[in-house]
Amino acid sequence: MSSLIDVKNLTLKFKTDEGLITAVNNVSFSLKKGEVMGLVGESGSGKSVTAKALMHLNARNAVYTPESKITLHTEAGEVDVLSLTKPSEMQVVRGGAISMIFQEPMASFAPAITIGKQMVEQLQLHGNMSKAKAKEISVEMLDRVGISDAHKRFDQYAFELSGGMRQRAMIAMALSTKPKLLIADEPTTALDVTIQAQVIDLMKDLVNEFHMGIIFITHDLGVVAQTADKVSVMYLGELIEEGPVREVIRTPAHPYTQGLLSALPKLDDLDSPLTPVPGDIPSPLERPSGCVFHTRCSKIVGDACKTTLPQAYQLDESHSAACHIYPKGESA
Amino acid sequence: MSNDVLIRAEGLSVGFQIGKGLFNKQILKAVDNVTVEIEKGSFFGLVGESGSGKTTLGRAFLKAVPITGGHARYEDGEVSYDLAEIAGPELKDYRKRAQLIFQDPYAALSPRMTVRDIIAEPLEVMGLTSSRAETDERVREIAAKCRLNLEHLRRFPHAFSGGQRQRISIARALVSDPKFVVADESVAALDVSIQADVLNLLKELQRDLGLTFMFISHDLSVVAHTCDHVAVMYLGRLVETAPTRTLFEGAKHPYTKALFSAIPSLDPDDRGTAQKLEGEIPSPTNQPSGCKFHTRCPYAVDRCKSEEPVLEHADAAGHEVACHRWRELMVPA
Repeated sequence: MSSLIDVKNLTLKFKTDEGLITAVNNVSFSLKKGEVMGLVGESGSGKSVTAKALMHLNARNAVYTPESKITLHTEAGEVDVLSLTKPSEMQVVRGGAISMIFQEPMASFAPAITIGKQMVEQLQLHGNMSKAKAKEISVEMLDRVGISDAHKRFDQYAFELSGGMRQRAMIAMALSTKPKLLIADEPTTALDVTIQAQVIDLMKDLVNEFHMGIIFITHDLGVVAQTADKVSVMYLGELIEEGPVREVIRTPAHPYTQGLLSALPKLDDLDSPLTPVPGDIPSPLERPSGCVFHTRCSKIVGDACKTTLPQAYQLDESHSAACHIYPKGESA
Repeated sequence: MSNDVLIRAEGLSVGFQIGKGLFNKQILKAVDNVTVEIEKGSFFGLVGESGSGKTTLGRAFLKAVPITGGHARYEDGEVSYDLAEIAGPELKDYRKRAQLIFQDPYAALSPRMTVRDIIAEPLEVMGLTSSRAETDERVREIAAKCRLNLEHLRRFPHAFSGGQRQRISIARALVSDPKFVVADESVAALDVSIQADVLNLLKELQRDLGLTFMFISHDLSVVAHTCDHVAVMYLGRLVETAPTRTLFEGAKHPYTKALFSAIPSLDPDDRGTAQKLEGEIPSPTNQPSGCKFHTRCPYAVDRCKSEEPVLEHADAAGHEVACHRWRELMVPA
């Protein structure tokens, strides 16, 4: 499989009144066609900001370091995403080759414009097609994501649909331009479990059908286990562990990932008490020195944790973790 | 009525009038004919999808929405009130005894008040203390129980993380020394690593202060780990209720079973084996006839479409289920 997007040394800071805040620090990963990557982390971990960087969608006060590089591979050649400046150039990453599904579908649709009109508008923008053709594709897509009466729904407003329907419509809209990469930012968090299960099934079907790459951002490790091929775990802007989904969930290597998994209430074991990760996530204004997790870590190995940022250690070919409990320098 | 029941609801209904005008009046029944007992000192879980009426039932027990039918008897050993009719000084007294912890700790705390003032406000409003020194004493006491220190009390909410804010909300709810606390999705807005911490704190406080909790949540695994007894709601009706362990080991209602199987498994190799529920919860203004669940139930027969099932005892230990077919459905499983 060929590479779809490569992120190299992405470092992103925000200019604020309190000074520069590091939101993402030196994050690298790549995604192949047809691959589903789960991006996991708590609020403030930088997962959404990373995803928005892929579409060059962060606010104007975002500063990227010169080493940061995001390369998107399209049929027309490579696109250096961060070097795009004009809105017209950015269309390729905004709705063209990359689409995004947001957490709250009600906030993502314009409330006073029908669903259909919004779908047609973006198709005409990206596809250079007639209105009739765009409508045909839109209705087809609504039907494909399991919306009954697609013709009727096409002329309805977002508020007339239920939560699950809205999220389906959002997915239909994101996929109608046939993107190569779909970024789904907590797409099921606002939904009930029964509807979440339906949406997860739908997304799995769509990956098989359209063969696109998906970056699935979530804080729910259960959702990741059900959808992703590989997982990246972020904490305070650092990528602290990545690997195939089975390995990360069954044998987590970083103390934070281990803590997250043991904090989860499990249904097959009601007797064991819940073990929280101690303490609170530090504010990005007070980023800890050394390993950013050391303030909450139960496995501190020495002063190195407080002074030096650990480098990623390769546990095997595809599984790595950035923690001082692993030997420095040489990788296994 | 036995002595260890704190709240007993009988045929409790809450209806809202929607639509204005003489001919357009329509009643939306958010809670319909619910009969349930909450034992003293228990951690009572209430689960269901959005639109199932779980929040409304919680609010009815707090007398925060008007009760339009049936009765709810509150009895804590000191007082005994019928919540359907309570008013005036009795209602004022009940406000001290029943409290609510909100879902979103970012929206529930005034950004212009210090943490001390936030926690002290209920005491001042209800006139529970006679001097500032006494108020301070009470605030410090409850804050310590919620693991907030003196230095925290001087600060404003913006300086706190989600978990700390939720601890402030809990302290505020408990400062008036209530007997009954409704926690409405109180950990839903928190990160997983923090959620466990707040749940443990709630359990600890419940034990130490002898509280009765009604824990409303859509997250079944959280409910499984915290509650003693669970009730499942669907479209304003109670469809199944049982002690937690019984329910999680042997759910009988098809809806409860479907809810369980919809929880995403942590096992990456266990994909897509779940029994999936089709469709969505119907609108409460346009409810199905008969069993409210028949439109989505894989086992529905003609009887389900015309006749509404009532809650019946499935065993002697408090497992109740409202389904026409639960007996036959148990056999294959």
